[in-house]
Amino acid sequence: MESKVNLQSKPSMHRLRELKDWLRAFPFLAPSLIVFTIFVFVPLIRSVIMSLYGTNPIGQMTNFVGLKYYQRLFTSPAYINSMLVTLKFVLYTVPAVLIFGLLLATLGNLRLKGISIFRVLFSLTIAISGATAALIFMFLYHPLIGIFNYLLSLVGISSIPWLISTKWALIAVAIPRIWLQTGFATVLLLAGMQGISEEYYEAAKIDGAGFWQSWRHITLPLITPSLFFLLVVTTLGAFQTFTEVNVLTGGGPVNSTEVIVQEIYRSFYFNGQYGLASAQALILFVIILVLTIIQFGVLEKRVNYE
Amino acid sequence: MIKSNRFLKGTGKVLLYLLLIICAVVMIFPLYTGVLTSLLGPENISTYPPKIFPVDFRWQNYIDAARQAPLLRFILNSFIQSGGVMILQLITASLAAFAFAFLPFKGKNFVFLIFLSTMMIPWESTIIPNYLFIQKIGWDDTYMGLIAPFMATAFGTFLLRQFFMSIPKDLYDAAKIDGCSNLRFLIKILLPLARPALGTLAVYSFLQTYNQYLWPLLITNSTNMRTVQIGITMLQVFEREQWQIVLAGVVTIMIPTLILFIVANRQLIRGLTAGAIKG
Repeated sequence: MESKVNLQSKPSMHRLRELKDWLRAFPFLAPSLIVFTIFVFVPLIRSVIMSLYGTNPIGQMTNFVGLKYYQRLFTSPAYINSMLVTLKFVLYTVPAVLIFGLLLATLGNLRLKGISIFRVLFSLTIAISGATAALIFMFLYHPLIGIFNYLLSLVGISSIPWLISTKWALIAVAIPRIWLQTGFATVLLLAGMQGISEEYYEAAKIDGAGFWQSWRHITLPLITPSLFFLLVVTTLGAFQTFTEVNVLTGGGPVNSTEVIVQEIYRSFYFNGQYGLASAQALILFVIILVLTIIQFGVLEKRVNYE
Repeated sequence: MIKSNRFLKGTGKVLLYLLLIICAVVMIFPLYTGVLTSLLGPENISTYPPKIFPVDFRWQNYIDAARQAPLLRFILNSFIQSGGVMILQLITASLAAFAFAFLPFKGKNFVFLIFLSTMMIPWESTIIPNYLFIQKIGWDDTYMGLIAPFMATAFGTFLLRQFFMSIPKDLYDAAKIDGCSNLRFLIKILLPLARPALGTLAVYSFLQTYNQYLWPLLITNSTNMRTVQIGITMLQVFEREQWQIVLAGVVTIMIPTLILFIVANRQLIRGLTAGAIKG
């Protein structure tokens, strides 16, 4: 008789405690959850819905159009162009950032007098915004009074039409981005390098390994996680690039720098094509999501290896 | 043998320093020319060859820049936006991080996943509905509109949670026995201990917001509400070939973040590298 009562009351007691725990935790989580709901989850769902509807000029949905926008996008030369431009931008910036970051972090990791000053100088660009960087470079690229073309003329190279030629504009947009991201890369890789135990290097030294050999066989393998994280973050960032393009070229000349986000911005802000722009934004979302999942997948693997 | 070794070491060192200096010059060069040009007189700006070494120190350019565009107003706007975002993120993130670190509740992993998922959704993919929503509730061209979407942060929550978890649970249990409420424990005991982590989040979120471009570009219309990053590109449009004035403006708006970088270097770097450690 007694045990029967216990059996019945235990689960409900358990439930009650669970509920109590929840009521205690919820007020602490609620502010964040409410903000995320209003500004992340609901908008994401609304983006999906909007990408299936026609809209009027103030963004209200009018008629259901199904997958029309997606079909249109995948056959639209302008959209395919923006995808290709963005991919090119990723290829121009990401490897360069990784290489320069590795170089500067390796130099910054040397045990030399005054090295901390160099570390500060190498990482200074993390405080600089895309817009200000773009404006400085706009001046450096200036066709008449720009310093870049002057420096090139000193070594006998003829002027480069940085921002006005379809051949050069994307490179010109990529350079300030590389400059900014190199500071971030250096900071990140330097932190990774400083986390490596001194013992490895001492052991290598005893075995007669030189600088290059220790770098190749100790430093590089041990900062692979940082390097991989950097690869993912800079790639995601490059896919979402907008500021430098918007300030320097506005997508031109002849759409040669029209990256995905610039295309989204143009579609909804200037052309009022909210549905089309939502479809574009969601395709970007899927790209980012796939890249993030790949990151987690590879990280998982790495953890298993250890 | 020993001699030649030492000799190599010596030249090696010189070469390394040379390499360090070359790299530093390349990294600093854009900033250097920006500052240098911002101090040139109008007669020296358009003459060929461009100046690579300082010839003028015309501080008047800075006054001119502040006169051509309401630079101080832009800076004030950016400070209000960045300060507001920073404070609100500190509040929401420490509340949530406390729950994750100290409170037992069912479905914690699921809630954690919800937070995590916000980091995988690119801001650009939700920007259109957000823009329409802010317009609909009449917050466009207001500080509320500039601040509201960024009031919570998953990254900041994880950062603080990580720190909170390093604090012994006994401290919490002892406080509970003394009849201390959760909120009181968080404010009176936990947050003072977590000052370094809070500092990191504060510096990181201020800088991120100060350097924002797309959202303020969409949400502000009047000159008086423009933030620095948008205002400065306006200066460029108006001042076409007056590069010394444009760059004086650029340098002016960079000063707060450069000071932040110099003063709070360690916090900032900790914030930036926290993502890598977390994976």
